[in-house]
Amino acid sequence: MALLQISEPGEATAPHQHRLAAGIDLGTTNSLVASVKSGEALTLADQDGQHLLPSVVQYQQDNIIVGAAAQQAAATDPHNTISSVKRFMGRGLEDVQSEPHGYEFIETESVPRIRTVAGDVSAVEVSSHILANLKQRAEESLGGELQGVVITVPAYFDDAQRQATKDAATLAGLKVLRLLNEPTAAAVAYGLDTGSEGVHAIYDLGGGTFDISILRLNRGVFEVLATAGDSALGGDDMDRAIATWMAVEAGVDLNDAYLSRRMMNEARRAKEALTNADSVELNVELGEGRAWQGSIDSQQFNQLVDGLIKKTLLPCKRALRDAGVSVEEVNDVVMVGGSTRVPRVREKVADFFNKPPLVDIDPDKVVAVGAAIQADALVGNKPDDEMLLLDVNPLSLGIETMGGLVEKVIPRNTTIPVARAQEFTTFKDGQTAMAVHVLQGERELVDDCRSLARFELRDIPPMVAGAARILVTFQVDADGLLEVSAKEQTSGVEASVQVKPSYGLEDNEIERMLRENFEHAKEDVEARKLREQQVEADRVLEAINAALAEDADALLSDEERATIVSSLDALQQARENESAAKIKYAIELADKATADFAAKRMDASINKALSGHTLDEFK
Amino acid sequence: MDRNYFELFALPTGFEIDIPSLSERYQDLQRSFHPDRFTNATDRERRLSMQQASIINEAYQVLKDPLKRAQYLLALKGIDVSGESNTMMDTSFLMQQMELREALDDIMDAAEPLEALENFTADIETQIKELIQMLQGHFSSNTDESLSQAAGLSLQLQFLYRLRDEAEDREEALL
Repeated sequence: MALLQISEPGEATAPHQHRLAAGIDLGTTNSLVASVKSGEALTLADQDGQHLLPSVVQYQQDNIIVGAAAQQAAATDPHNTISSVKRFMGRGLEDVQSEPHGYEFIETESVPRIRTVAGDVSAVEVSSHILANLKQRAEESLGGELQGVVITVPAYFDDAQRQATKDAATLAGLKVLRLLNEPTAAAVAYGLDTGSEGVHAIYDLGGGTFDISILRLNRGVFEVLATAGDSALGGDDMDRAIATWMAVEAGVDLNDAYLSRRMMNEARRAKEALTNADSVELNVELGEGRAWQGSIDSQQFNQLVDGLIKKTLLPCKRALRDAGVSVEEVNDVVMVGGSTRVPRVREKVADFFNKPPLVDIDPDKVVAVGAAIQADALVGNKPDDEMLLLDVNPLSLGIETMGGLVEKVIPRNTTIPVARAQEFTTFKDGQTAMAVHVLQGERELVDDCRSLARFELRDIPPMVAGAARILVTFQVDADGLLEVSAKEQTSGVEASVQVKPSYGLEDNEIERMLRENFEHAKEDVEARKLREQQVEADRVLEAINAALAEDADALLSDEERATIVSSLDALQQARENESAAKIKYAIELADKATADFAAKRMDASINKALSGHTLDEFK
Repeated sequence: MDRNYFELFALPTGFEIDIPSLSERYQDLQRSFHPDRFTNATDRERRLSMQQASIINEAYQVLKDPLKRAQYLLALKGIDVSGESNTMMDTSFLMQQMELREALDDIMDAAEPLEALENFTADIETQIKELIQMLQGHFSSNTDESLSQAAGLSLQLQFLYRLRDEAEDREEALL
């Protein structure tokens, strides 16, 4: 029998163990994984030495191919080869049909699915296959299991898109330490590199999304002042503009999925070549032995993309306004995302900000590198780190009121985490239920905003109209995810929902997919659950032991301490057990035993945080 | 924790505030309470840190903005000005507001609407600054009479804020 290792109370277990963590940039066109190795954040390469993983998944009858090989198959097998899937994350059928893509979408109760030979797949599943590929790459490269990851999302992603990203990570078997906004990640990589304090604008134009963030760097704190953008605008749209022009020149239409893919591929090649050339020859096979040849020069190209670039400048103006910062106050502009390689983009951004943008960091890698730095800090490898990221919610959150209007509860660009409460009342005598409809967006009408969730508060005691006092509380966490609760104040009736977006996977669907994944991987679900609970038990033991070491002497009586220690002993014993349920229960008991201690520690921390300052300074 | 927002930041409770110290203390507090500092803590501590960080963020928003700070101070003194009640409004101020609003509507038909809007906004900014100066005086006197004056002024300030927002919305619509 294995000996139980019970640490002395107040002695933290293995404090200096290096934990494996990674940052993942899950991009529209390409994805990357990076990690901090010997103090330096680096992107990790695959076996062929490639850092960029094309975000393309090909579904075959009994095989799933991810990356470059899938990308090559795109032109010959367009219906089963999914690219730019990020554009469909958290979106409903209506949204995905509004842009040309060439896939066959199936409407289901929760999310739209794409029909492939391997069955119908949702955007979340496609993304999870990309993430699983990167997870494997990282674990092989780092030589161990990842303890947690930071996944980047466009700052302008709404609640549904963020939740979908988190679900994809769960499906891939990853523990998400934080969803981090891409421009903020870039700022971390860039800011720590140059150490430049002041106001920075991060202009991030990727394959399918655009973000602009204005942030201030001061004493290691990255404070996002405002963010704006467009979650469906990027390099893909440039390719499409060129392809559409080519189709007109060639006298063909793009309804044929095969031809459309070939046109898009050629358009992308031309766009990239025009970064270093004034003119590019074009050559597209039209089918039936016919081909079209032509050429495009910079002038023609600029004309095609100017409208798209202009669409990025209005959000820049709005972000500056919301940040309360003028163009002159911006110290520098950092370019992020592959699409900022386009010379015309650089030219227009330079004009707008009245200074040449910074392009010296690889715009493809900078986001993953920033995410890796934060992952390393969050997983606990840098306990004394001074770095802190303060981000904002990109879109206003509100509630439907009478007449189809939206009452804003949390305005856009509010620093997160944030909690806001608003009181509502009944409008009919004897009304016993109230529907709460949660929306996200800037417009005044419900129809113009994105519906996030609906729930009902029931069992309100019958009262005259206007007498009930219903307090609706919005809590946005540090990942930018929303939780809403409602409480009738006079009776104490409560309702709470974790916002499951209108176009999101249900929890039981995720559970089912996880099971299927395991069956596919021939891994035992129960063994997996046990291992997860053991990891969690270790985390809790370590956290509470560390807390005891720090504060037990100051905050606890001997009796209180003894209660906590015995709950830890029980947890340690349960951890050696073979039952996930028993471990889970022991964790809950340890949590209950430390409730008062946790509250006392928070309170004591306030005094500690400001110990350098006293009221007397100002008297 | 029954600290008011000023006490949370260890600043004297009053309208006059030193913004650089406020920002510095805000950063110090978030360095201790932000959920990023609790990724390896227990669920309970993580929840508490999120709540505490939310309160700190809210307090910072309130203290850094003169209008919200004035409203908060008045609420601490038991004077509620968050409602839409116009009973404390000065008639001449209301007249002036109506004129400003009409002027804003006319701007949209002006020959150079963007330039006219800029002048309009600059004018509102000047009025806002004057009101803040006056508020400062009333809060430091701290008598019942002066606080009731401050309540009236904060309502006026709220009007000007809204007008400024509308002017900015229109500017955006013109772009």
